[in-house]
This record gives sequence, C-alpha cells and structure tokens, in this order.
Amino acid sequence: MAAIIVEPPKLALYSYWQSSCSWRVRFALNLKGISYEYKAVNLSKGEQFTPEFEKLNPLHFVPVLVDGDVVVSDSYAILLYLEEKYPQRALLPADPQLKALNLQVASIVTSSIQPLHMLSNLKYLEQKVGPQESLLFAQTNVEKGFNALEKLLKDINGKYATGDEVYMADVFMAPQIAAAMQRFKIDMSKYPRLCRIFESLKALPEFLDASPERQLDAVH
Amino acid sequence: MGDGLEEERRRWLVTKVGVKVSNDLTVKLVHTQAEGENKLKLYSYWRSSCSFRIRISLNLKGLEYQYIPVNLLKGEQFSPEFQKLNPIGYVPVLVDGDMIISDSFAIFMYLEEKYPQHPLLPSDLAKKALNFQAANIVSSSIQPLQNLAVLKYIEEKVSPDEKIPWTRFHIEKGFEALEKLLKDHAGKYATGDEVSMADLFLAPQILAGIERFNVDMAKFPLLSRLNEAYSELPEFQNAKPENQPDAPSA
Repeated sequence: MAAIIVEPPKLALYSYWQSSCSWRVRFALNLKGISYEYKAVNLSKGEQFTPEFEKLNPLHFVPVLVDGDVVVSDSYAILLYLEEKYPQRALLPADPQLKALNLQVASIVTSSIQPLHMLSNLKYLEQKVGPQESLLFAQTNVEKGFNALEKLLKDINGKYATGDEVYMADVFMAPQIAAAMQRFKIDMSKYPRLCRIFESLKALPEFLDASPERQLDAVH
Repeated sequence: MGDGLEEERRRWLVTKVGVKVSNDLTVKLVHTQAEGENKLKLYSYWRSSCSFRIRISLNLKGLEYQYIPVNLLKGEQFSPEFQKLNPIGYVPVLVDGDMIISDSFAIFMYLEEKYPQHPLLPSDLAKKALNFQAANIVSSSIQPLQNLAVLKYIEEKVSPDEKIPWTRFHIEKGFEALEKLLKDHAGKYATGDEVSMADLFLAPQILAGIERFNVDMAKFPLLSRLNEAYSELPEFQNAKPENQPDAPSA
C-alpha cells in the first residue's frame, strides 16, 4: 500500500482574524486552493511591534505572506504575487479593460477606503474630536468609496463585480462590505449593485472559510 | 513610427518645451500640438502626485500624450463629463482609444503590458513583489492621508495647526518603513540599478514630503540618495508639477 505523504503547507500567512486586509488574502488563497500555515498576530496586544514581526513588515501591518525565501507584505502586492506564482484560478481577467477595472476597484478599496477607517487613524480622531466625529469620518469615507464603486460597476452584468467569475475586485470588496455593515453600520440599500454582488460572494465557501469568526485566533 | 522605437530611449515627445537635454542621452525633444485620434490622453492635475507617477512612466516609455488638465481646486473633477470618466473624481485618468483607465496603479499596469518598451517591472518575481510593496506603501499608507479632501477635513474638524503634524506623521511612518524595506535591495535606484515601478511612486512622494510638508530628510538617507538620483533624470524632471501646462506661472 502506498504511503500517503502529507506535505506541510509551504506558505505561511501572518494574519489577524478581524483584519479585512488579511481576509482578502485568506479568500484569495482559498479560491486558488492553496493551503497555508496560519500565523496569528494579535494586533490588540501589539504583537505587530515585535522585532521579529518588524523584520517581516516594517510598517507593522498584516497580512504578510512568507513563501520560502520570499516575504511579501501588503494585500495588493500579495495578490499580484500569488497571481503570477500560482496562476490556477486566475484572479485577474485576460481582457485589458476588465483587468484594469479590477485593479482600479481593488485600489479604491485599499487606498481610498480602508486606510481612512483603520483603527489607528480612527483612534487619533477620537482623541482629537471625539468618537462621534471619528465614526462619521469613517462612514463618510466608506460611503464616498461605495458611491464610486456603485457607479463604476452598476452597468456591468454578472453575478460578481466584473462578470460571472470571481476576480480581484470581488476579493477586495467582499471583506470591505462586510466591515462596512458590521463596524460602521452603513446603509447598504443605497448601493443595490454592491448588495447584489455581496449576496453572491457571501454564499461562497471560500469566502466564508476566510471570514474572521472562522480563524484560529478568533475570539468569540 | 518612421524611425522605429528602439529598446533604449532614443526619442520621446513631450507636450511642453523648455527642458534641458543631458549630454549622455541621444534624445531629441519635439514640441508637438498634435491631436491625432490614436494619441494617448492623460487627464491630470499639475500637483497630483498620482498623476506625476504616470507622467514619468509615459516619458520613460517614450509615449506621446495629450495633457488634459483637471483643476481639482476649482472642482472640475465633479463635472458630469469627468464623472463619466472616473466616478470617484480622482486624477489621473488615461484614455487610449476605447480604453478608459483610472487609478495610477491600474494605469501603470496597463501601460506596462500594452507598451513593453523600457520595462518598469523586474522579471524576477521576488523583486517584482518588492516593487508592488514599495508602491503600495506610498499609495495606501501615505498619499491617501495627505490628499486634499483629508487635509481639508483635518483643517476644519480638528484644527488648521494639525494639518502639518498629521501629514508629517504619516509620511515619516511610511518613509521609515521604506528605508527598512529597501535598504538591502536598493542599487542606483530603489530596487536595483534600473528605474522601476517603486521609483515612479517614490519620486513624487519624496518631493511632496520635502516641498509641501517640510519632512526632515536627514532621517531618510536612502530616500535622500534616491531623490538625488531622480533629479538627474529628464523623464522625472519633465514630469514634475511645475513643468506641467496647468502649473501656475511663476
């Protein structure tokens, strides 16, 4: 009888359960069928500031992907790296206009929305102008970004953001929409297209398995 | 093209005259007002560092383009015409025939694929990933926190005195990270001896830090050295805010 050799995963992902940026990469790894070792970094305990973690990411952010000798931080960079190294289940369409649209949507999430509601920035605002203003700032920026995404995507037919396949735009949008609803109480009825996209995405096992509550470091 | 585009930069066209040509480049600058159908169009604002990134890319690849200014201070990004091009109201936007592409990262990747001359991404995947990381430190962790809308918010809701400390904090945090990220990899330029994507994102950010937010560059020796290197490249210099058609005259 042949022995079944189970190889340990070659990839490691430094992640925090609640981090929407980490969620993006967990979702992508699941879609590509790539197994990985989950390395929890407890942001609430400041584990991102240890010298060991700083070597991995001098910005002290999760997620960070370690693939053999290669260390990649930043979810956008990680996605593009995974796309090239593990081309199965492509997360960028071949069509140049749709590819550009996916890159743009991901940029809107990662540059125009998420940084403006990052915990550290909100804490600063809370100190300076109070929790109400801080929440309002987060909501205003999320809504500005969602308005833009709604306009960008409303005329595209398909189950998902840019068609009938899940691509990078979906990978970035799904955790962002979930965070918007749970943490910032955004009224999603203003964004019907985004709602429909999210309905399709949240049914996917790859998305659910990547969700915060299902991670090793989730606190219930 | 009549004389063909060779691999090395031989000739590139800009829309504004008056730039010095360095002796070691066999580059001829031609002022053109041509408005051919096939010409690339770049919607840009002189001071936008995101637009600056793409202006550098177009220059390095020897791509002629029509510069279409969008005055962000006057709110031209909210015009119905521009909203159709980019509903989030940001520059730059690139129009290439039927293609309309917004967001500097997306535009950069499009140009890299469509116009492979003078490649701006290394073929080595680890080095390529390093470029993506450096670019994103700028585009996600620094630039969004110093854009006009956020600064206006800080000025109005927190205090006008908080604007500079806020931006300096984020720039310095990002610059510290970049110093650490790049120190074992930099050569003449950010990730080696060839200009690449990281340099296109770094150059405008470093200049903004120095010229607009008074960042103390003594703390950032690598970035200071890179800034010097960029000051010697006409493609970077020509893309600078003050050299754009919509820059206010001195």
